[in-house]
Amino acid sequence: MRDSLLSRYAECLFWLARYVERAENLARILDVNETFSRDSRGGQNWMSVLQLYGDEARFKELHGAATADSVLRFYVTDGENPTSIVSSVRSARDNARALRPLISNEMWTQINVLHNRLGALGEDALAAGHRARLFGQVKEACQTHVGVTEGTFYRGQGWYFCRMGRYIERADQTTRLLDIKYHLLLPDPADVGSPLDVSQWNALLRSAAGYQAYRQLHPEGITPAQVAGFLLLDGRFPRSVALCIGEAAALLGGLRSRHGLRGGTGAAEELDRLRALLGSVSISDILKKGLHEFLDMLQVQLIAVTDDLAGTFFGHRTQSQSQSQSGPSGSQSQSQSQSGSGFEWWPPLPPLPPAQS
Amino acid sequence: MADPLLGRYDPGAFWCEISRPGANQPIRDRLAALSLDELKRRAADADAELRDLGITFTVYSERDAADRVLPFDCIPRVLSAEDWARIEAGVRQRVAALNHLLHDIYHDGKVLADGVIPADLILGNSNYKPMMRGVDLPHRTYVNVCGTDIVRDAAGEFLVLEDNARTPSGVGYVVENRHMMMRAFPDMLEGIALRPVADYGGRLLQALREVAPPAEDPQVVLLSPGPYNSAYFEHVFLAREMGVPLVEGRDLVVEDGDRVWMRTTGGLARVDTIYRRVDDDFLDPEAFRADSGLGVPGLMRAYRAGKVALANAVGTGVADDKAVYAYMPRVIRYYLDQDPILSNVETHICREPDALRYTLDHLAELVVKPVGEAGGYGITVGPRASKRELEECRERLLANPANYISQPCISLSVAPTLVEDGVEPRHVDLRPFAVTGERTWVLPGGLTRVALRRGSLVVNSSQGGGSKDTWVLA
Repeated sequence: MRDSLLSRYAECLFWLARYVERAENLARILDVNETFSRDSRGGQNWMSVLQLYGDEARFKELHGAATADSVLRFYVTDGENPTSIVSSVRSARDNARALRPLISNEMWTQINVLHNRLGALGEDALAAGHRARLFGQVKEACQTHVGVTEGTFYRGQGWYFCRMGRYIERADQTTRLLDIKYHLLLPDPADVGSPLDVSQWNALLRSAAGYQAYRQLHPEGITPAQVAGFLLLDGRFPRSVALCIGEAAALLGGLRSRHGLRGGTGAAEELDRLRALLGSVSISDILKKGLHEFLDMLQVQLIAVTDDLAGTFFGHRTQSQSQSQSGPSGSQSQSQSQSGSGFEWWPPLPPLPPAQS
Repeated sequence: MADPLLGRYDPGAFWCEISRPGANQPIRDRLAALSLDELKRRAADADAELRDLGITFTVYSERDAADRVLPFDCIPRVLSAEDWARIEAGVRQRVAALNHLLHDIYHDGKVLADGVIPADLILGNSNYKPMMRGVDLPHRTYVNVCGTDIVRDAAGEFLVLEDNARTPSGVGYVVENRHMMMRAFPDMLEGIALRPVADYGGRLLQALREVAPPAEDPQVVLLSPGPYNSAYFEHVFLAREMGVPLVEGRDLVVEDGDRVWMRTTGGLARVDTIYRRVDDDFLDPEAFRADSGLGVPGLMRAYRAGKVALANAVGTGVADDKAVYAYMPRVIRYYLDQDPILSNVETHICREPDALRYTLDHLAELVVKPVGEAGGYGITVGPRASKRELEECRERLLANPANYISQPCISLSVAPTLVEDGVEPRHVDLRPFAVTGERTWVLPGGLTRVALRRGSLVVNSSQGGGSKDTWVLA
């Protein structure tokens, strides 16, 4: 096989993996939201999911009040909503369709079957007793995609772009998951450390499939700082930001060294700097300076990495086109991060003074 | 003896592809061993598999674009070795004549000077591309892939209905249908020696390399209009089978000495042969339609300079025009000094006053077809048309006679087909595919299309047609 890859294929692979990962993460979040969003009076707050994706205003305009029913429909079956599971899977499938000459038949068939199944969902698929099953199926199908890819896709350049997309998306999703928990739920001082708060952090870990691993590391119990530290910095947990960034950096390095691709220097440097930062900073430093700002910085950097990849390898003439229509199917980044908070995490911080007593 | 499947099957006056004794007997025996329920169950499995595999074409005529599975009928259409030998020789002959004709009309024009075909029919045809005059092609091959539509009349005679010399489609179904049969009906194939179809991709790649400009290890690509094209599945299929990139216009660029390059992650990479599934008019906005977003600016410049090969060549559409078709028997004799192995359907060219008069006088018996149309659109089938439809046809004919030909209504042969109530006869045609680089190779069998509506003669996939696996007995 020739070691060359069409730029368009590289971009489609990158986004195929991202959309599958996005669908899986959304299914995870919705799956645990019943616990995740319950307040101290036992009520459910579905606004939290909307805030997680920055969709509050758009949702309110379209549907008004956020009920379990309306939010679930918005995020699962609403094909008009570009951030729904159905839309993510459709975008993944459209990219896979463009990639059919390159990817294995099994990869294509699996995503096509998932797409067809979601398209045929009945009215009752989101009824209270059926949701868990549906989310389980989506998660499993997305994981099957990853498994089929690992087991059947030729490991040329395309494999690297595909995996880079998956890790960058997963890092981004983990920052969002953490952000919403911290941003929305913690600020009520009365709840901090309460049984409710613990159950919510517990749910957060479960939504990232990190509960077992965390318990083994921290048998003494769940604290917000340790959960945040685990999800951000643990280099062995497959969904941690540190691991995802490290993998993405290594994959880009492999493309440059083993496949002789020139360019991508900007993305490589950004990923290396993030990797170094995540390897040296402690969770207490992060919490002290502001978790939200740290997460925001990570999201902005991941967007910059994607833009650099698009400019260098995907054949986009100008940068910052991750929202453009000319890209692969449904290409769009989730860039709802508010920058300009005035909080400067970059370049890496000098050592912090000892923690206040 | 009671035959659960074919016991009540009655082809009537039509030639039936399977009812004759002889070579078909083993297949009839195997069919007889299956119950209708079993056949239906397996057909449903096959249909589900086609959907899962995304072996689809896209229909745009409705409110939005929808992927449809081309209905697959699981009862194969069988051709004996003798029948196939005749078809194969006839198709080769026809392709050779088409290539001679195209070379001639883009060079010396002897066929026109000798009065074999009226010059204005060629030179005034919108598919004649003056830009191709004097362009020399490797092996003088213009039609690298040809699909010849063949029907069988009530006497069992094979007749050529039309030549498809532009970008004929359907070969993907041929290979996938066989694949499907091998999975769903292994018992039906047991012990029957069939000519294989799986090496189409390899043969096509070889032919495309043979016409490449001189280069070491020539790079072939398939140029597609993209995922929204109705034949996208086939573009994917062929690119996969050949192991070449499926590109879109935006992936290619012409620069650096009129060469064609594709954009890769490592920079620009040279392209030598483009198997294009984009129509002439959309290939190059600098040469043809300026509004085409599907093409590559400068492509014709590179092509005319011999820096890249295009397959099929530009300007082949003039040869498969329905009006030129009428002259093909004479064209074959003119270039090859041979009698046509496969006959034409008798054709009246309405631009000729006598033919127009005859057509108008016999409208209710004839099939009237617009020239230059594809996909079965705009056809009036006289015996089945209402009075009003005939009247509208007459008006169109009188308004623009040169736009039409007419042919007698051929009683297309039938083949047993699984329908709601059991197995019934349905009309079929055949499109063999010929691949030509230095020489011509014909894929054994080809696409059998079947008109699924009872009594319908229109087999086009866009008009309710399906397909069958075509078995050529070894």
